[in-house]
Amino acid sequence: MALLGILLFLMIIGAVIAVETRNLLSSIVCLGAIGFLLSIVFLFLGAPDLAITQLVVEILCLVILIRATIHRRVETVAGNREFVGLAVTVVMLAIVLMLAISMMAGFPSLGTSVLDRMAQAPSHFYLLQGKAQTGVTNIVTAILLDFRAYDTLGEATVLFCAVMGALAVLRRSARRRPEEGDAGDEGEGGAE
Amino acid sequence: MIYGLCLLLIVVGLYGVVTKRNVVKIVISLAIMEYGINLFLVLVGYRTHGTAPILEEGMMPETLVAQSVDPLPQALVLTSIVIGLAVLALMVALCVRLYERYGTFDVTEMKKLKG
Repeated sequence: MALLGILLFLMIIGAVIAVETRNLLSSIVCLGAIGFLLSIVFLFLGAPDLAITQLVVEILCLVILIRATIHRRVETVAGNREFVGLAVTVVMLAIVLMLAISMMAGFPSLGTSVLDRMAQAPSHFYLLQGKAQTGVTNIVTAILLDFRAYDTLGEATVLFCAVMGALAVLRRSARRRPEEGDAGDEGEGGAE
Repeated sequence: MIYGLCLLLIVVGLYGVVTKRNVVKIVISLAIMEYGINLFLVLVGYRTHGTAPILEEGMMPETLVAQSVDPLPQALVLTSIVIGLAVLALMVALCVRLYERYGTFDVTEMKKLKG
């Protein structure tokens, strides 16, 4: 548990650097560091599927972000928006954090999952019947592709819509030259 | 305490979304928020010294119920991670388009955002 705290602390340091640094490229690299640390945290939490997916997604995120920003004039834009003032924003965010932490008081403590608290939880059914009903030994895969396959279908729909949206946004001047097709390639990383 | 650190990660991302001027930095802050939320959901299903919900050779499902972590949040967070990537691609595409239109990533200089 202490190890988990250390990893989370490193993630928060990375997040602060990613938000506050002036150079956009180092900000993106910090985002990558947070993602890889998150992947390690998932491994410690008993979620190897999530760790693998997070790694792949992180690499694709880095490719997309670096491809979008590497050739552009980016160092000039730094600093904050003069929206309501930095102090007010920080105070309000601190209040949000305090509220969130105080709401955690009624929350079951870490390490007691729903499997320990409720005998009727759906996870019991998935764990007990997953192998018999789907023939899959990895219960996460059984849930994802069999018990809750409609969720995965919806996910594929959202993915398709987002990639279509990215391609439509990146397409250059289709109204004038419809035979040219799409020239953008930034959005295609999400297609797999 | 672990939950508190996780919430702090989300709030750091929220801070970036609210205060930064650079569009790409806002996108990065949103990605940080998303990581924090995914981690929170996986922490909800965690069990102390829990194993991965994978049946091994000759293992009964009852022992899995007794010792594995909750598989349901993991399956749904897996969906969420992949959707996060697609949404990030869409946001970056919008950023690139805005850069082509205005020549900058600065949101305060994008004053023609109407119609």
